[in-house]
Amino acid sequence: MARQLIKGNEAIAEAAVRSGCRYYFGYPITPQSEIPEYMSARLSEVGGTFIQAESEISAINMVYGAAAAGGRAMTSSSSPGISLKQEGISYIAASDVPCVIVNVMRAGPGLGGIQPSQGDYFQAVKGGGHGDYKLIVYAPSSVQEAADYTYKAFDVADKYRIPVMILCDGLLGQMMEGVELPPMRDLSALPKKDWALRGWDRNGPRRIINSLRIQPDELERYIDGLYKKYDAIRQNEIEVEEYLCDDAEIILAAYGIVARICKGAILKLRKMGIKAGLIRPITLFPFPEDTFAMHAEKGSVKKFVSVELSKGQMIEDVRLAIGGKKPVAFYGRTGGNVMNEDDVASFIAGGK
Amino acid sequence: MAVFHKTKDLTSKPFHYCPGCTHGIVHRLVAEAIEEFGVSEKTIGIAPVGCSVFAYDYFNFDMAEAAHGRAPAMATGIKRVHPDCLVFCYQGDGDLASIGTAETVHAACRGENITIIFINNGIYGMTGGQMAPTTIMGQKATTCPNGRSGINGYPIKICEMLATQEGTYYAERVSTHNVKQVLNAKRAIKKALKNQIDKKGFSIVEVLTNCPTNWHMSPQDSLKYIEEKVILYYPLGIFKDKDAEVKNA
Ligand SMILES: Cc1ncc(C[n+]2csc(CCOP(=O)(O)OP(=O)(O)O)c2C)c(N)n1
Ligand code: SF4
Repeated sequence: MARQLIKGNEAIAEAAVRSGCRYYFGYPITPQSEIPEYMSARLSEVGGTFIQAESEISAINMVYGAAAAGGRAMTSSSSPGISLKQEGISYIAASDVPCVIVNVMRAGPGLGGIQPSQGDYFQAVKGGGHGDYKLIVYAPSSVQEAADYTYKAFDVADKYRIPVMILCDGLLGQMMEGVELPPMRDLSALPKKDWALRGWDRNGPRRIINSLRIQPDELERYIDGLYKKYDAIRQNEIEVEEYLCDDAEIILAAYGIVARICKGAILKLRKMGIKAGLIRPITLFPFPEDTFAMHAEKGSVKKFVSVELSKGQMIEDVRLAIGGKKPVAFYGRTGGNVMNEDDVASFIAGGK
Repeated sequence: MAVFHKTKDLTSKPFHYCPGCTHGIVHRLVAEAIEEFGVSEKTIGIAPVGCSVFAYDYFNFDMAEAAHGRAPAMATGIKRVHPDCLVFCYQGDGDLASIGTAETVHAACRGENITIIFINNGIYGMTGGQMAPTTIMGQKATTCPNGRSGINGYPIKICEMLATQEGTYYAERVSTHNVKQVLNAKRAIKKALKNQIDKKGFSIVEVLTNCPTNWHMSPQDSLKYIEEKVILYYPLGIFKDKDAEVKNA
């Protein structure tokens, strides 16, 4: 398969189509508008449906309907628009409907700015909408990964009947890199969805896609079942990259584009004689706790540093994972500012 | 001899609606109409949030339960996956005409080939009788205890508004306040469903219904209230019908 130079947002869109996504609903917002633009042209070529919805609220509810009816459906947005989708995401999670949601994060809070950020970590990983539920959250750090994890997201969503989020930032969405795109799927080979709405032919039980469980015991049983599903996801789906951790004394924690900046910083630090390494969570939920815990046990590791485009969100999960065994420092930028390798290296070398 | 029988498109679960509430009548009309078209096995219904939130327990179809106001968006997604299914939304006035106004208007503007049954009872029944966007002037509700007045704003006229939109194929307002009106409501519901079967586009039937409980009236008085008060503000009739436009052209 030939490599091609393609923008992050377009890689996500094309990978979704190749993964069998035929239903896309979205609303324009920088820095992700290339996704709906691309989908509007591409889906008509493959006999799919593109709708520019009247709002992000409608878009996610169109996804809810299309996915409840058995289609592979996706929406994308950026931070303020993802806030609007939270109601729908909670309903989708609470009716075991699989779908894919892309957040190309920009700086918040409020209307914020249009430059890159990782300020929506809490929203993506801790719930976002109301109630006890989780999403599977992938954080790609290259255009190649953006394509690969979007492609994979549809399979994982179907496997667990769960909404899956691709959490990336404006930098990744906007930058171009060489990518090898995954192959076009044969739609007829996708898993059958007996549970999906299609009209009831009086054979078997009729299908009801619903999140209302008015009896407390029934709702509690349902939520317990959801959390069993999340346990299985923890068992099977954690993905993490370790970079130069074997002999590291200082371990950085970073995801997405920041992880790439950290790798550059680590090489610089090593030239200066500072043994630094990186743990890069690829799944933010489920979080690779064991990887952090394992390194925290090592006598050679002196401390951890969480590096984020936020005021410190993932750091809370890092701290939980290492259970107070080592100190955890934080370095971050906000407002849409992005640190460079030298910023990270001098923060670490400065010993803070 | 015609023998009345219960449509097979309603389950045997007893309605939870208050005595005298006409929600149940409208359920029956919708189910009968679908049965009469012979498309029951290719029908998907969407319940709202409101007193009819459990409609999925009563309609004997594949059903979905949407978030408050979002049924037309959800229906859009379902219809795009199954264009050959009959997809209908059953929604109250808080659901459709307040929190879900945008979803309703834009489904109409897209000409989405779905059918909406819009229950206008002028009140928030499920949450205990607060003012609805459709509460008529002077009508009391728990959030306008002295009766709706100008400070509460004015009731929204959905059929009149949607009739101005190119995408709307059919918009009619009917009532349930007597047998004749109920039979007329069934005719309109059948037309709105047939339009979808014929792939004509967005059709809505606004049904004036009662809420004896939160109007604090006997069922009989509540029906009289529709006849004497509600239809003055919400006149019955066809506001848009592209079939007629074609005929008249
Ligand atoms: C987002 C959201 N806001 C508010 C509510 C509470 N709520 C439930 S039903 C309802 C109004 C229902 O009124 P209507 O649509 O007129 O239906 P009716 O009960 O009168 O049949 C409201 C406000 C909710 N469930 N969700
Ligand atoms: S509260 Fe009103 S609308 Fe709801 S079931 Fe009772 S009478 Fe009907």
